[in-house]
Amino acid sequence: MKLDSKIPSGNIQQKWDNYKFNAKLVNPNNRKKFDIIIVGSGLSGASAAASLGEQGYNVKLFTIPDSPRRAHSIAAQGGINAAKNYKYDGDSVYRLFYDTIKGGDYRAREANVYRLAQISNQIIDHCVATGVPFAREYGGLLANRSFGGAQVSRTFYARGQTGQQLLLGAYSQMMRQAAAGTVKIFPRREMLDIVIKDGKARGIIVRNLVTGELETYLGHAVLLCTGGYANVFYLSTNAANCNVSAAWAAYKKGAGFANPCFTQIHPTCIPRSGEHQSKLTLMSESLRNDGRVWVPKKKGDSRNPSEIPEDERDYYLERIYPAFGNLVPRDIASRAAKRMIDEGRGVGPTGQAVYLDFADAIAKQGEDKIKEKYGNLFDMYYRITDENGYKTPMRIYPAPHYTMGGLWVDYELMTTVEGLFALGEANFSDHGANRLGASALMQGLADGYFVISATLPNYLANAKFNSVSESDDEFVHARESVSSKIKKLLSIKGSKTPTEFHRELGNIMWDLCGMSRSEESLKKALKEIPKLKEEFWQNVYVPQNEKFNQTLEKALKVADFIEFAQLLVKDALERRESCGGHFREESTTKEGEAKRDDENFSFVSVWEYAGEGKEPILNKEELKFENLKPTVRSYK
Amino acid sequence: MEKKTFGITLRVWKQEQGEQTGHFEIYKIDGLTGDISFLEMLDILNEKLLKEGREPIAVESDCREGICGCCGLVINGDVHGPDEHSTVCQLHMRRFKDKDVITIEPFRAAPFPPIKDLVIDRSAMDSIIKAGGYISVNTGSAPDANSIPIEKAQAEKAMDFAACIGCGACVAACPNSAAMLFTGAKIAQLSLLPQGNPERNIRVLNMVKAMDSLGFGNCSNEYECEAVCPKEIRISAIAKMNREFIKANFASEQ
Repeated sequence: MKLDSKIPSGNIQQKWDNYKFNAKLVNPNNRKKFDIIIVGSGLSGASAAASLGEQGYNVKLFTIPDSPRRAHSIAAQGGINAAKNYKYDGDSVYRLFYDTIKGGDYRAREANVYRLAQISNQIIDHCVATGVPFAREYGGLLANRSFGGAQVSRTFYARGQTGQQLLLGAYSQMMRQAAAGTVKIFPRREMLDIVIKDGKARGIIVRNLVTGELETYLGHAVLLCTGGYANVFYLSTNAANCNVSAAWAAYKKGAGFANPCFTQIHPTCIPRSGEHQSKLTLMSESLRNDGRVWVPKKKGDSRNPSEIPEDERDYYLERIYPAFGNLVPRDIASRAAKRMIDEGRGVGPTGQAVYLDFADAIAKQGEDKIKEKYGNLFDMYYRITDENGYKTPMRIYPAPHYTMGGLWVDYELMTTVEGLFALGEANFSDHGANRLGASALMQGLADGYFVISATLPNYLANAKFNSVSESDDEFVHARESVSSKIKKLLSIKGSKTPTEFHRELGNIMWDLCGMSRSEESLKKALKEIPKLKEEFWQNVYVPQNEKFNQTLEKALKVADFIEFAQLLVKDALERRESCGGHFREESTTKEGEAKRDDENFSFVSVWEYAGEGKEPILNKEELKFENLKPTVRSYK
Repeated sequence: MEKKTFGITLRVWKQEQGEQTGHFEIYKIDGLTGDISFLEMLDILNEKLLKEGREPIAVESDCREGICGCCGLVINGDVHGPDEHSTVCQLHMRRFKDKDVITIEPFRAAPFPPIKDLVIDRSAMDSIIKAGGYISVNTGSAPDANSIPIEKAQAEKAMDFAACIGCGACVAACPNSAAMLFTGAKIAQLSLLPQGNPERNIRVLNMVKAMDSLGFGNCSNEYECEAVCPKEIRISAIAKMNREFIKANFASEQ
């Protein structure tokens, strides 16, 4: 597998400009001759459809739900980062670049991250112009708040619904192009395979989720904007439809999968309450602006939080990390919570939680002010737990939330398959081993609005395209293989449901490859997952209905999650260092903090599919730090 | 500590794909606790049906945190269930008690054709947005975000309307199947922002036209939409839309 990251020449400040100047362009009159397939309608997919449609390309967009507006970007709460420095508190493009590289524990590519920081400001301009109602100060200018891993206040927000407002902005821009005829939207479609012909991605096979028919679509390029794979843990903050299937299909067709073991566990989620639990709900990181995290100093202290006096509480984040306090990055906060709970100082009925307390903030600012900032989050907390977060501290616990790993892409966002691109959470490129809060929205919109619209033309203008047709062998084979997989699932008629398998997989992954990983636990997982796979293909039950069949949809997703889990664990085993969200028990400092190993692991792991039943091949992209010197990541 | 459990009876609307109508089917479910969500209760039932080799109830949800607008059911006659200003996914079983009989139906409105059981097609709402629910600005052409200050109260008001999740509850609750709260919310949001000003006339004319042609009805001041809206969108959205519509008609040169 050839890994050419295509990083442009020049110093870091000039690379993106150099790239854009040297890139080939497509004449406006020729753009409509190119069919662009976009899979997924979240921030990156919707914004890519909008920007490419504006330029005049012929875009086809595919999405699972009934409306593209329901993609899971909608659920992002806290905000979006940008280096505007409107607060004049020392921010700059370079500082956002630095914070993101450091936050990612020096496992991301400098050139991509610098570009992201540069573009961040244009994103805010564009979003405001498209009608996103960001929070404002009394003077009428935009407001900011702070997020983890930064000492400046650079996060723009729309109450606790920033993802919703940004997605609806991108969606509305896409609908404008739908009205103009440049974008055609195909809802209730799930992509099940990618078709490669003459070495290029030239089409996709989708299942129409209403009729059950397999449909074929042809194009000159395929953009996967299909999000992350945190649902491999079964319980996560992701929506039910989030899956790895599109990325997994790409991997099996030759796209390298990068750093699958880099998964983010978010520190502030509502704890699970029982076996029935179907998802975990996030409480935005922005709450840590005003909420203080604590546990009792005494082990097994089961008193009500209000009965625990101040001097018997341990505000452990403030104690251990005085420079960043409650706003340490997510990986640090999650592991600290786990340590407290492992010490027996967890709270609540299960002991699997820590407190997030607003009493001080309410005393200082008043309940109204807190309500204005986070009202919808307190409402949600009340509905789920039946507890009033204004009166009693919230109980929170870490949960799988985001995946930094994803399809390997070069500077142009192209995977190792020509003409196959990956945008947003689906790629691996910008967050290294840990993503900072409010940076996912930034990356999704950067990739979709500003990067792909500049890099895709370069590919289209340089590539030679042969004609393709649905009856070409490659398309026929792809349809046949999808069709036989579906027939196989329907024919097993076993005794366990796809959800039961998914839950079992989640237990393996959380217990053996979750917040803390060891050689022993990972090797155990590598033994258990194949057993689960074997049992799945012998004993799964799917009702005999070839049309609208949600159990079949679920079974297809779970089948891919099981296969993918094996790769994730393998990657975690190979990376014998701790970095960011990946914590290896063998690689820690004396204080129990993560210990990175730059000498041996300063690279991107890129896994190559070697065929059914064969071990995947590990390729490495060495990371070069020409501007920032990797140092021990300290938030103390 | 053993949690106390309870059991309920469900009457669920079942409708085969392609059929014009359906029927209620009765299911019993036990072992529930208050901290189980309503959709998790349906998950438990569906898992049980699968184990018995029966087809599960078709029902949709996605984010399960009240923001994607995917879930939407009529529970005992209440759109989105008994909790005020909430979505079905946020409803928990602690709102019910032992031996309750709960009737579950899909959102019913002519512009929302049924697909199967509790699943409907709400794409007509996308068609309304497509008719004008946007600001025409190309990527990369915007001025600095702070070049146009917007009064805080005005921006907050725009945000109140922008909070719509497109679930269609307002349509389902309205005796006329009107989409005026949904449409009005988008029009109100964009007309409250200076960026939306240049297109405000053409926007309201086109969106109202689309709304009418898709078969949505008119407002007769029942206030049902406001009562069920999970995001507490106020009926002033409709008043705003009507004012914009009248103004646009006077301003229109056609």
